[in-house]
Amino acid sequence: MNETTAHSARPRTIVDKIWDEHLVAPGTEGAPDVLAIDLHLVHEVTSPQAFDGLRARGLSVRRPGQTLATVDHSIPTTDRSLPIADEIAATQVSRLEQNCAEFGIPLHGIGSPHQGIVHVIGPELGLTQPGMTIVCGDSHTATHGAFGALAFGIGTTEVEHVLATQTLLQRRPRTFEVRVEGALHPGVTAKDIILSLLSRIGVGGGTGHVFEYGGSAIRGLGMEGRMTICNMSIEGGARAGLVAPDEVTFEYVAGRPHAPIGAGWDAAVDRWRNLITDEGAEHDRSISFDAGDLTPMVTYGTNPGMGFAITDRIPDPEALTDANQRDSLRAALAYMALYPGERILGKPIDVVFIGSCTNSRISDLREAARMLRGRQVASGVRVMVVPGSTEVKRQAEEEGLASVFREAGAEWREAGCSMCIAMNGDQLSPGQYAVSTSNRNFEGRQGKGGRTFLASPLTAVASAVTGRLSDPRALL
Amino acid sequence: MSAREPFSSVTSAAVPLPRNDIDTDQVIPARFLKTVNREGLADQLFFDWRYLPDGSPNPDFVLNRPEMPGRRILVAGDNFGCGSSREHAPWALTAWGIRAVISSSFADIFTSNALKNGLLPVAVPPEELGRIGSILEAEPAAELTIDLEASDLRLPDGSIIPFTIDSFARRMILEGTDELGYLIGHESQLEAYEAAHPPRVSTLA
Repeated sequence: MNETTAHSARPRTIVDKIWDEHLVAPGTEGAPDVLAIDLHLVHEVTSPQAFDGLRARGLSVRRPGQTLATVDHSIPTTDRSLPIADEIAATQVSRLEQNCAEFGIPLHGIGSPHQGIVHVIGPELGLTQPGMTIVCGDSHTATHGAFGALAFGIGTTEVEHVLATQTLLQRRPRTFEVRVEGALHPGVTAKDIILSLLSRIGVGGGTGHVFEYGGSAIRGLGMEGRMTICNMSIEGGARAGLVAPDEVTFEYVAGRPHAPIGAGWDAAVDRWRNLITDEGAEHDRSISFDAGDLTPMVTYGTNPGMGFAITDRIPDPEALTDANQRDSLRAALAYMALYPGERILGKPIDVVFIGSCTNSRISDLREAARMLRGRQVASGVRVMVVPGSTEVKRQAEEEGLASVFREAGAEWREAGCSMCIAMNGDQLSPGQYAVSTSNRNFEGRQGKGGRTFLASPLTAVASAVTGRLSDPRALL
Repeated sequence: MSAREPFSSVTSAAVPLPRNDIDTDQVIPARFLKTVNREGLADQLFFDWRYLPDGSPNPDFVLNRPEMPGRRILVAGDNFGCGSSREHAPWALTAWGIRAVISSSFADIFTSNALKNGLLPVAVPPEELGRIGSILEAEPAAELTIDLEASDLRLPDGSIIPFTIDSFARRMILEGTDELGYLIGHESQLEAYEAAHPPRVSTLA
């Protein structure tokens, strides 16, 4: 409590407030802060070595009740009643089951109605709440920042630290204010806001910082749009990104299985209302732009910062003065088989992937289905729709969205990371072009030799029905 | 991982990989993350750049040059290690034998993961990185020394470039200890914190 009083004199950012509240032991000149973690999400890929570490030291999991595991990365998105055909993946999944049983951690495994991508199920279950510190061995943990939580990805050694102590050693990050004012035009979405930010600052632009997203355009988004934006903070180099909670946030959390209830709810909302950056608090950096200036965005290169308006032409590496940047762009265009001056609009595509922790929630699927209804997938194009969680799948089926996808000729699959990371057999063939609602277009990310255009669910659907990279505004 | 060998300096010729924004999907592609171990990832390092589609070594990729095995220092372009949080990236680098990466900047999560595995992310100003690149082009077998005790990088022309490694991580690597023991040492503070801050959620409920 003294801590809070001592700090209340100076204006603080929302990051400062969350940080101060979670200080177990302040750092010294020689050592970082010891930061308490409220929620630790665990999945099959980045945890087995951490559990081995606990066993080697004879340690237990300090707070199983603040830990939740699920399977998402390496599991198939086909018939779940069958055993996992990939033996190595099957071993990894069964290792997580064994570890959770041994250490007493709740697990939403295959067959659970709550199984899903870690960053979809946390918010869905109401576990993700404003003001919390949330970590996971996954770089897209920043997603949870949409609720005004400080959420960031960690490595496996840090997973072990959190399992053992429910704390992490951390230095306080710098903050980077991202203000987006104005209103989006029809056909332009949260995904286009974040792709635009990344094209402005580049993939390393936010290194060492936490983004605080604000402005009327961000406030105007629903929680799922805010999650899309926070999700890709890491693609700008920021480990975390967050939005101050507001009525939209409280309404989304209310009534979910793990949300506070009764007097606890009122007390929580009172606390959450203080999670704003105080007037006069300074950010280390800032950028602002107007949502009304944005058009649908798409990436053309091999990192998420290489994006532009879908109507633009491929840039010319020779026009760049910095030799390294020139080489990077040359290598990217060679990989993508794209040429300077070429229009990207109309480029024939092979695959459309609608899914991932960026864009696989019910509102993404509703928007996609609304555009797809009454239309057909172009012949020769494979369209995969992969809901972010088993609950999203159930809801989409109940609302009739699944039949819209199926009737249009798309594949309607089980929940998981799927072709975003292409670990589970859902992947591109060498040379194929995909329009993907996921978050990374790195070389080989969606399958060795595969080429990715990152875009919004609307752009993905527009491209699916035409068989070419298409502007969704023409289909509204 | 528990105690490592204490580390103070490394002298080696370098592996040049002058490309910006090398992401961890390139360092080790995701399909190799299905392992439940941290060992044995040397063969998967830079796999998709290192091997052609037929599985044969790509003769144009630097790691496949006969003089490269045994080198301990990687010199890469700006923003090394961006993207995924996979600790398999430093595991693969160290398994191959790399002890330090020199670049003009590193992604945050990669930096954290590298330091926990005794792999040094040595950040130098962009103009110095350019100069190191020129030296290596002129003299590909030139040896560099990275001295963690002194926190400097010594070039064959005698010049010295200071660098900064997080002071806590530096001490851990010099001593060959790790952070978990330090965290566990905060038990009384942790108990006090937990007594004052009941859990906000319970996943067991």
